[in-house]
Amino acid sequence: MCTSITHQAKIYGRGKKGEEWIDLKECNVSYDHPYGMPLEHALNIDFVDESKGPGARVAVELSVDAARQLVKTIEAVLAQAEHQGVLEDKHQSAVG
Amino acid sequence: MYQTNQYEGMIAETVTMQGHKGETINAYMARPLGAGPFPGMVLIHHAPGWDEWYKECTRRFAHHGYVTISPNLYFRDGHGTAEDVGAKVRAAGGIPDEQVLGDLDGANKLLRSQPYLNGKVGIFGTCSGGRHGFLAACRSKGIDALVECWGGGVVMKAEELTPKKPVAPIDYTKDLSCPMIGIFGNDDKSPSPEQVNQHEAELKKCGKNHEFHRYDGAGHGFFYYDRPAYRQEQAVDGWKKVLAFCEKHLK
Repeated sequence: MCTSITHQAKIYGRGKKGEEWIDLKECNVSYDHPYGMPLEHALNIDFVDESKGPGARVAVELSVDAARQLVKTIEAVLAQAEHQGVLEDKHQSAVG
Repeated sequence: MYQTNQYEGMIAETVTMQGHKGETINAYMARPLGAGPFPGMVLIHHAPGWDEWYKECTRRFAHHGYVTISPNLYFRDGHGTAEDVGAKVRAAGGIPDEQVLGDLDGANKLLRSQPYLNGKVGIFGTCSGGRHGFLAACRSKGIDALVECWGGGVVMKAEELTPKKPVAPIDYTKDLSCPMIGIFGNDDKSPSPEQVNQHEAELKKCGKNHEFHRYDGAGHGFFYYDRPAYRQEQAVDGWKKVLAFCEKHLK
């Protein structure tokens, strides 16, 4: 319990919370107690918009194996997109 | 112990109180109806937050005759569901020890200002709250008994210290000011059985009044009936020991 193992990244994205899409500006990744998963510790990803308060949060809690698989899958998809020349950086075009 | 022909009533409500640096925070308070005098109990919620389990625990102590207060240690981190606020604090690496001590001291003072208090105040915490409880019982005044349940991070390596947690609580053991009971699961990783050994060895070295109970077949948080860690047999026995300890030292 209470590992305090947590990292944050600034992100550009949107997430669906109920019926509504909300801006997501930070991604908090921790290996600590989950709320929903029936595990003592899990890889927790909270996509949030800190400026909107604690409720602006889209949460995902994964087993260790699931988290590793997710990382591999994301990397594979991005690599394929890059290989096909379709990768674009929407963040720069949106905020630049 | 409660008898079936006995009158029982309690009041339980959200209150405000002065915490660290005199700042206003909220708290959940429950007490038996009547003039008392009743012993007091400060509950320190765990890292997941000021949640329903802690509200129920507050009423549980009141049922057993304690004026009980559970301060919202995450008050300054905004409001929403206990889970959303807890996730925010988790992402921030927890809250500063000094702030927690200030809030617990404020809760203690609030209890001591009540006309129905018997003059004694205990402190109870689980998980990070167990660690905070040990810290408070070493560093704050006016605590008459400590219940530490699986306090993770009482023993800390130098590289685990942070500005929010600058000193390992075990280093304050010589200043422990009251009797304590410790409840631990032998399958726990934080605190591990080895860390519990260190914790107890330091208490013995310093000649402190303590009793440790360690349960086989139980890990971290085995009182939490809403989590897979719950272990019915061990939890029932653990609660029995906790309440007997509190009765001995606070009533």
